[in-house]
Amino acid sequence: MKLSAYLDGIGVLGPGLANWPECAAVFRGERSYVAAATVLPAPAMLPSAERRRTGRVVKLALAVAMEATSAAAADLSLLASVFSSSGSDGHICHEICQALAQPSREVSPTRFSNSVHNASAGYWNIGTGSMTESNVLCAFDASFVAGLLESMAQSAVDRCSVLLVSYDTEYPPPLHAKRPIPDAFGIAMVFSAEKSPQSIARLELSLTDAVADSLPHAELEALRRSIPAARGLPLLRLLSTRAPGRCVLDYFDVARAEVRVEPCH
Amino acid sequence: MAPLWVRSYTATSCIGQGLAPMLESLEQHRSGLKLCDFETVDINTFIGEVDGVDAQRLPDELQAFNCRNTRLAELALRQDGFDETVHGAVGRWGKSRIGVFVGTSTAGILQTELAYRRRDASSGELPDDFLYGPTHNSFSVADYVRRRFGLEGPAVAVSSACASSAKVFGSARRMIEAGVIDAALVGGTDSLCLTTLYGFHSLQLTSPLPCRPFDQARDGISIGEAGAFAWLERMPDSLDADSILLRGVGESSDAYHMSAPHPEGLGARRAMQSALHAAQLEPADIDYINVHGTGTPSNDRSESQAITSVFGPTTPCSSTKGATGHTLGAAGALEAVISALAIQHGLMPGGVHTATIDPTLTAHYIRENRRGTVATVLSNSFGFGGSNCSLIFGAAG
Repeated sequence: MKLSAYLDGIGVLGPGLANWPECAAVFRGERSYVAAATVLPAPAMLPSAERRRTGRVVKLALAVAMEATSAAAADLSLLASVFSSSGSDGHICHEICQALAQPSREVSPTRFSNSVHNASAGYWNIGTGSMTESNVLCAFDASFVAGLLESMAQSAVDRCSVLLVSYDTEYPPPLHAKRPIPDAFGIAMVFSAEKSPQSIARLELSLTDAVADSLPHAELEALRRSIPAARGLPLLRLLSTRAPGRCVLDYFDVARAEVRVEPCH
Repeated sequence: MAPLWVRSYTATSCIGQGLAPMLESLEQHRSGLKLCDFETVDINTFIGEVDGVDAQRLPDELQAFNCRNTRLAELALRQDGFDETVHGAVGRWGKSRIGVFVGTSTAGILQTELAYRRRDASSGELPDDFLYGPTHNSFSVADYVRRRFGLEGPAVAVSSACASSAKVFGSARRMIEAGVIDAALVGGTDSLCLTTLYGFHSLQLTSPLPCRPFDQARDGISIGEAGAFAWLERMPDSLDADSILLRGVGESSDAYHMSAPHPEGLGARRAMQSALHAAQLEPADIDYINVHGTGTPSNDRSESQAITSVFGPTTPCSSTKGATGHTLGAAGALEAVISALAIQHGLMPGGVHTATIDPTLTAHYIRENRRGTVATVLSNSFGFGGSNCSLIFGAAG
């Protein structure tokens, strides 16, 4: 089994990584990595009423989605989407569980609406006005490759363009001790079935028994090991070289994903 | 799309554990809803609780997954010989050629709610015996299913609120068509918890009575729980005439509001049209529609408009949520199984609890059971975030 698709746009946001060009420059050694907390922009695409309601997870997802779709010059009204995250909004989850542990059990209706795992997809469609489908996934630590499989399969089978957004945010205490994700990190990619002027590379995905690649940079390797979405970093590192090659990404205990990259330029 | 064979299926909800008791409940027009007495919940509403969930044991090696949601999944997997079917199919296809796609909205979050009552008085820490990954996390039930059957192919939880376990059929279809897998174990499990009971109550969406979809006095949902699973494969060369096929999947987004449906049901209409297109069927080919029909004023109004705009006012439709309650992330798979039963037994189940059909709703809602040939069924599932999915099932012959 091999899945293939053209990669037309990339978005990245995480600790010390403000966007894809910066991230690529760090990988190429043109820029030094400076660790810093992830800065999440307010989602300008949303009407102000919706913007006020969005938490960190939605801000993260929309920011990387906007970067990737802008780079791809994608037609948002036709773009299907896959949102894959290892958890929902941890802060909302904490607030709801805390409220439910009190005798009054007063759950905020807005928090409850935003607690669904597909909140980011919902806001993305509200913001873009796109009525195309969003598929919203979770595979715990394997969520990056789960999203990659889903989006590349959809692009290949339905011959369409698909936005992948893989994103994770931290839980506050006390859940943080049980699920110690250190900060917000997201990767977005736009895949198309056909090559276009925007195409960066052709990707080929298959499952493998090989061991997953680690990163030579210690701080980035720490991110890869602690945030599920950052398991996509070896692919970004390969893409930053603009050269053909292959990488192996962590997936399950029983399987990894091999991605072969053939640059288009 | 190329139709897929629904080789085997099962469901467990408050109207029955396994297909035979569920069919009997549907034939007798029986509801499983009761006044809410779940855990310590103090809300004046009705629930659809499955008996015996907490008595269900998990295999010793999978005890880490022990929570109400996984116990319900295990209980459901044991009905109708479904687990035996899976074991047999694993031998046939190979463990890495089978995908697992399980829908859930809240997974085992009840476990976290209970743990928050047992936080350490001084440090605030959660108790040592609370395990986040195999209980609370959305992937927990898909991971459990994967490990229980020793499967090594792609596995994922689909979590798009109340459309989750309808959308698993779409994800499985794509993976099979792409050649990533040869067969798929799909399904959904959602279990009663305080987050959804108090959450829907805070939105004033829970009814103080058993829910009455499409009734002129409908005033909200009754929350239920269910586990429902199906086994999908490519079409073999020959099939019995009464075999069930997945013929169409249609998905869309409302792009309108996080917790309210599009007022004219534009997203719902798009999902139904897209399912018909995928199945290469005309609206007149659909014999019965199992509607999402939650019983909230706005959902049923927008869905009725969407149905009428595609099918006109004559296609019989009903909601089975008056019987089962709204089983949230499990509703899509549960109602897929009900659709399969409708086809195999020629039964269009009339909507339970609905006394007077809202005269402003133009879809042809049926309150009484109807008998006859049911060759093709469309089933709707819609969720928060504006997530819509329509499935079309048909008889092979």
